[in-house]
Amino acid sequence: MLQIRNLKCYYGGIRALSGVSLSVSRGELVALIGANGAGKSTLLQAICGLSSSWEGEILFDGKSLAGLKPPAIVARGVSMVPEGRLIFPPLSVLDNLKLGAYLRYRQRDHVGVSQDLEKILDLFPVLRERSKQNAGTLSGGEQQMLAVGRSLMANPKFLLLDEPSMGLAPLVVRKIFDTLVQLRETGLTILIVEQNAQAALEIADRGYVLETGRMVLAGEASQLLADKEVKRAYLGKDYSKFYEGRG
Amino acid sequence: MVFTLFAAVIICTGAALEGDYYHEQLLTFIGIFTLLAVGLNMLMGYAGQISLGHAAFYGIGAYTTGALTVHLQWSPWASLPCALIMAGVIAYIVGKPTLKLSGYYLGMGTLGFGMIMHVLFREWTTITGGPNGLVGIPSLSLWGLDLSTGRNYLYVVWGCVLLTFFICDRLVNSRVGRALRAIHYSEQAASAVGVDTAKAKLQVFVFSAVVAALAGFLYAHMVMFISPGTFTFLASVKLVAMVVIGGMASIWGALLGATFLTLLPEHLSVFADYEMIIYGGILMGVMIFLPQGLTRGVLDIYEKFRAKRKGTVED
Ligand SMILES: Nc1ncnc2c1ncn2[C@@H]1O[C@H](COP(=O)(O)OP(=O)(O)OP(=O)(O)O)[C@@H](O)[C@H]1O
Ligand SMILES: [Mg+2]
Repeated sequence: MLQIRNLKCYYGGIRALSGVSLSVSRGELVALIGANGAGKSTLLQAICGLSSSWEGEILFDGKSLAGLKPPAIVARGVSMVPEGRLIFPPLSVLDNLKLGAYLRYRQRDHVGVSQDLEKILDLFPVLRERSKQNAGTLSGGEQQMLAVGRSLMANPKFLLLDEPSMGLAPLVVRKIFDTLVQLRETGLTILIVEQNAQAALEIADRGYVLETGRMVLAGEASQLLADKEVKRAYLGKDYSKFYEGRG
Repeated sequence: MVFTLFAAVIICTGAALEGDYYHEQLLTFIGIFTLLAVGLNMLMGYAGQISLGHAAFYGIGAYTTGALTVHLQWSPWASLPCALIMAGVIAYIVGKPTLKLSGYYLGMGTLGFGMIMHVLFREWTTITGGPNGLVGIPSLSLWGLDLSTGRNYLYVVWGCVLLTFFICDRLVNSRVGRALRAIHYSEQAASAVGVDTAKAKLQVFVFSAVVAALAGFLYAHMVMFISPGTFTFLASVKLVAMVVIGGMASIWGALLGATFLTLLPEHLSVFADYEMIIYGGILMGVMIFLPQGLTRGVLDIYEKFRAKRKGTVED
């Protein structure tokens, strides 16, 4: 579904990605892990058309995404849950969700939109309770659910998530990751960027490890979980124990 | 529902004022300024953009219909669409390059544009009548009904206000309104969910210009004489002040602001002397609390903070 070959990204003179390749097949849940500043967000922004200058190749459904603006990429079925959620605090929860379906309203797909809205409110019942409330008044976990819900409102084929676990308690992380597994079962393809390597690799089929703009490891999620390097760098013994206790 | 009530209030007020020429005319002026303010409010309050040359679009509406009806003897009803289209096209040309960027660019662009238009109104004597103004603009009539009498014209103007309110209300609560409010908060986030931010901003700017041109049309056929002095920078500032006083991002607020700033000079004669200072003071407040000014400032702090955080984590 997604093929990235030899992707290079620049911020002025700084090179944030130096020749990254990655692929995601239809129906897969792939995790991309890496430390701060590795270039994970840069990679996702390049896919979504939010980054102005990149070289290399990004193919989605066999077609290049080069030169496309974000709305055109959303229209192709790619939807992102951005880092830090980026919900619209002054707007109501409902309006935030509806904004996710902006392009579909334009295509007059009102029936499809309201069906999806119901589905998403069922998926996250707390959003239904708070639907009239300003999004800024939600808790961090609720905001993350809203961000996921908003992305789903675009009815994507391919969902990208940038550190959805950031700043959330393990229980909430669990809830969101369970939802992702549920979504994958409905046929959605997912690429998740995480620093919480344990949680991400546990639900993923495959994983990639990004380090300072280079892909250093790739493989089955279970292999990566067992990998010594990954364990040393991203899991840490205490960390993995912590999660085992709760799994 | 609210609109029916509003319409009823207008009709009753009109009936009550029968024969009171002064108040009929005052109320008609309030209607014209409300139109201007509500259009500008869509741009400022919802999309977070500012136009400092809105009087120019008001003038384009007035002068287009004035020139066509006086020089070419067109019927006002034929010149109306021309006036609206003219303002829309010019707004498109002014807005296209400036709205691609985020920030104050539209404000600066329209500031310059407003001044150029004012010079044009004053100097292009063959068309506009120059500093002496354009005389002999016909009044409106429809199917033999004279619309120029005090009460009829009041109904015409407030009918237009009601229609514009209705359109704005629909717009605000639709996909477009949500997108504008999203842009107001963060262009980047809005674009990430698929909003074409440049296009949405341009659309609302063109809309506000067309509404201003409608106000200009109504003004020209009401007073039947127009001169450049009506469409100055000060007039633009006054419109911005109306929106700010009424409260941004509120359709009914525009009505309030327009009413207040139209009545104030009527009842407070000293006001005329300090007009510029008062509008200047209000505008200063806008500049300080201007949405994108604030957003920009907060973004800068956020970026600095982010850079610092990254730096310390990587150390
Ligand atoms: N707008 C920008 N201007 C300049 N440099 C940037 C910009 N955005 C990111 N960078 C740099 O690019 C590199 C990769 O950043 P990126 O945000 O992709 O990292 P990340 O892996 O997402 O990190 P984190 O886990 O902290 O989110 C970093 O060195 C960062 O400083
Ligand atoms: Mg990141």
